[in-house]
Amino acid sequence: MKRVLIIGATSAIAEAVAQRYAKKGEKLFLVGRNQQKLDTMVDDLKVRGAHLVDSSAVDLTDCGAHEAVIEEAKRALGEIDIVLIAHGTLGDQKQCELSYQDTLKEFQTNALSVISLLTLLANDMEQRRSGVLAVISSVAGDRGRQSNYIYGATKATVSVFLQGLRNRLSPSNVQVLTIKPGFVDTPMTADIPNKGALWATPGDIADGIIQSIDKKRNVVYLPWFWWGIMTIIKLVPEAIFKRLKL
Amino acid sequence: MSQQYFSWGRYPNVKQTKSVVVDRYTDMPTCEDSVLPYGNGRSYGDSCLNEGGVLVGTEYLNHFIAFDVETGILRCESGVLLSDILALIVPQGWFLPVTPGTKFVSVGGAIANDVHGKNHHCAGTFGCHVRCFELLRSDGQRLLCSPEENVEYFKATIAGLGLTGMITWAELQMRRVPNAAVNVENIKYGNISEFFQLSADSDKDYEYTVAWVDCLATGRNLGRGHFMRGNHAPSQAGCPSHSERKFNVFLDPPISLINKTSLRAFNTVYYHRQLVRSKHSIAHHDSFFYPLDSIHNWNRIYGPKGFLQYQCVIPLNASPDAIAEMLRSIARMGTGSFLLVLKVFGDVESPGYLSFPRSGATLALDFPYQGELTRRLFSQLDDIVDQANGAIYPAKDAHMSAVGFKQYYPNWTKLAELKDPNVSSSFWRRVTGEQ
Ligand SMILES: Cc1cc2nc3c(=O)[nH]c(=O)nc-3n(C[C@H](O)[C@H](O)[C@H](O)COP(=O)(O)OP(=O)(O)OC[C@H]3O[C@@H](n4cnc5c(N)ncnc54)[C@H](O)[C@@H]3O)c2cc1C
Ligand SMILES: NC(=O)c1ccc[n+]([C@@H]2O[C@H](COP(=O)([O-])OP(=O)(O)OC[C@H]3O[C@@H](n4cnc5c(N)ncnc54)[C@H](OP(=O)(O)O)[C@@H]3O)[C@@H](O)[C@H]2O)c1
Repeated sequence: MKRVLIIGATSAIAEAVAQRYAKKGEKLFLVGRNQQKLDTMVDDLKVRGAHLVDSSAVDLTDCGAHEAVIEEAKRALGEIDIVLIAHGTLGDQKQCELSYQDTLKEFQTNALSVISLLTLLANDMEQRRSGVLAVISSVAGDRGRQSNYIYGATKATVSVFLQGLRNRLSPSNVQVLTIKPGFVDTPMTADIPNKGALWATPGDIADGIIQSIDKKRNVVYLPWFWWGIMTIIKLVPEAIFKRLKL
Repeated sequence: MSQQYFSWGRYPNVKQTKSVVVDRYTDMPTCEDSVLPYGNGRSYGDSCLNEGGVLVGTEYLNHFIAFDVETGILRCESGVLLSDILALIVPQGWFLPVTPGTKFVSVGGAIANDVHGKNHHCAGTFGCHVRCFELLRSDGQRLLCSPEENVEYFKATIAGLGLTGMITWAELQMRRVPNAAVNVENIKYGNISEFFQLSADSDKDYEYTVAWVDCLATGRNLGRGHFMRGNHAPSQAGCPSHSERKFNVFLDPPISLINKTSLRAFNTVYYHRQLVRSKHSIAHHDSFFYPLDSIHNWNRIYGPKGFLQYQCVIPLNASPDAIAEMLRSIARMGTGSFLLVLKVFGDVESPGYLSFPRSGATLALDFPYQGELTRRLFSQLDDIVDQANGAIYPAKDAHMSAVGFKQYYPNWTKLAELKDPNVSSSFWRRVTGEQ
C-alpha cells in the first residue's frame, strides 16, 4: 500500500490523481487551503476506496507552516512514499508587468513555496534513501513568451530546481519527476475560450502522472506530443523568437 | 467563457456563454442573462441549451458523498456521471435502478429529464429511485427536497428540465444484482403485431425489454425487427469479457454519412444478421445497455447540420395502429435512422410532474436534419401522436409546438409556478412563449 501526500490537492489535476490512487486503495494525505473543498474530497476518496484519507488546510504561501504540515502528514500516513506538489496560480500577466508586488506573489505561490516544501521533503527522503517527489511545472517554463513570462519564469525556476535536485538525489534512490503539462481544461483555464484539439482533461494528465511515477521517469510532457511542440519552440533562434507575437 | 456548446444532436446551433460552479457550496453565478444548469450535454434538442444566456456547468460537482454497501444508498454530487457510479458499485454487487441508453449522463441530468430505461415496465423512471436532493435557487436559497419535505419542489424538479434551479447533490437508491451481466434472448420477429405480442408475453418475466426496428421495411414486414429481453445473470454465470477499447469519430464529415443507401444496407444486413429466430447469450452490461458508448462522438456522423431525435409515447390501445402509421410515414421518406427503438412502458408512476413516460408504447428514432423535409415529416408524426393522445419527450426535442407541450404536460403550470425566475432554457421559451 502506497502512502501518498498530495499538496495543492484541490487542484483539478491533483484531484484526478487522488481519485486514481483511492481506487487502488492507497493511503492519502491532502493539503490545500480550502477546508470545505478538502472535506468534500476526503468523503469522495473514502467512497472510492482509499484505505485512509486525511487532510489539513494551510495557505501554502505561508512557508513557516510547511514543516508542521509535513509532520502532520507523516503522523497520519506513517511514512511518505510519494509526494505530488500541484498548487499554482496562472496570475494576471498584465497586472504583474505593472507591479513587482504582484510578480512576487506569483513567485511565492508557484516557485518559493514549492522550493520550501521540496527542501524539507528532499532532506527527509535523502536520509531514508527512498521516495518519489513529483512536481507539476509547465511547458510555459521552457521558454519565456510575452503573453505569460511571469508564470513561465516561476515554472522555469521550479523546473531548474528540480533538475538540480534530481542530480543530487540520484545516488540516494529518490525519484524526482518534473511534470510539464500543456493545455489542461481546469478551473485555472476556465476563462480561456474556444478550447481546441490541443486541450487535455485532468484525467488524461493524471493517468500520465501515475504512469510516469510507476515507470520512474525524470521529466514528462503531458500529453506526450508537447515534447515535440516544445522542442520546436526551443529551437527557434532568439533573433526571430523575440519578434513573434506569442 | 464564450464557446460553442451543443446538445447531443448538434442541432440547433445557438450562441450562449458558459460558466461553472466550482463546488457545491458556491452559489450560481449572478448575471443579467438567464442561467441554465448543464449536465453532460446528452440531451438531443434544445432543453439543455440557453440561447443568449448562460449555461452553468456541473462538471466539478463530481464527488461521491457516501455509499452504504449494505443498503445500496448512494449520495453524490449532481455532476457525477452514471459511468462513475457503475465503476464504483458494480464490483460491490450493486447496479443502477434505471439507466438510459448511454452511461455518460450526469445524475442532475438524469433527474431533470426523469430518464427511463429498458426496465421501465418494472422499475419506473430514474426519479422513482431518488430519495432526496438539495436544490439551489438563483437567490442562494437551498432547499432539501424529498417526498416528505418541500414536496412540491421535489415533484417539480424531477423531470423539471433544470428550470427550478440547480440540484447540487442527490441521494439515490441502487439495486442489488447477482451479476451485472445480462442473460439476453434476441428474437427476430416479422411485423408490428408480433412485437406487441412478444412484449405482452415478456413483460412479466423479463426485467429488460426493447426492440430494434428495421425502419425501411414495409407492407407485411412493417415493424419487423429484433426483440431483446433479458434479466441479470445469476451470480455463478461469470462475467463475459468486455474491451474498453473505443472508437472515436474525431473529425466532422462535411456531409451526413447517413443517407438512403447507407441506411438501406445497414437495416437489411442488421435485420438478417441472425439466421435463427431466437438466440441466447450472456452480455456484459456495457454492451447490453450502452452499445453506442463504445463509439465516442458518434453523433458527428450526421455531419455539420446535425440531427434530430423523435421520441413519443402512445397509449397502448391506440399504439398498434398509430405506430404502424408512423412507420409507414417514415419508410416513405426513406431517411429514417439506424436506431429505431420500440418499447412498451409500464404504469409505475413517477413523482415528477412533467415526467414523459406513461403507460403505452414508446418509439424513438434519429433523423439527419434536412430542413423542410424533416419538418414536414415531424408534423405528420405529431398529428398521429396528437390524435392518439400521445406525448413527445422534451429531452429529445427541438420541434414540439407550444400547443402540443401544454397538451402533453398539463402540469406545466405547476412547473411554471415553481420555476426559478432567473433560470430559463431555449426549450422553455419555445414551448411557453415566455421571454
Ligand atoms: C445515446 C443516447 C441514448 C439515450 N437513451 C436514453 C434513454 O434510453 N432514456 C432516456 O430517458 N433518455 C435517453 N437519452 C437522453 C439522456 O439520457 C437525457 O437527455 C439526460 O437527461 C442527459 O443528461 P446530461 O447529464 O447529459 O444532461 P444535459 O443534457 O446537459 O441536461 C439535461 C437537462 O438537465 C438539466 N440539468 C442538468 N444538470 C442539472 C442539475 N445539476 N440540476 C438541475 N438540472 C440539471 C439541464 O438544465 C437540462 O434541462 C439518451 C441520450 C443519448 C445521447
Ligand atoms: N491547467 C493548465 O492548463 C495547466 C498547464 C500546465 C501546468 N499547470 C499546473 O498544474 C497545476 C494544477 O493546476 P490546475 O490546472 O489543476 O488548476 P486548479 O484546479 O485551478 O488548481 C490550482 C490549485 O492551486 C491551489 N492554490 C493556489 N494558491 C494556493 C495557495 N496559496 N495555497 C494553497 N493552495 C493554493 C488552488 O486552491 P483553491 O482550490 O483553494 O483555489 C487550486 O486547488 C498548477 O501548478 C498549474 O500551474 C496547469
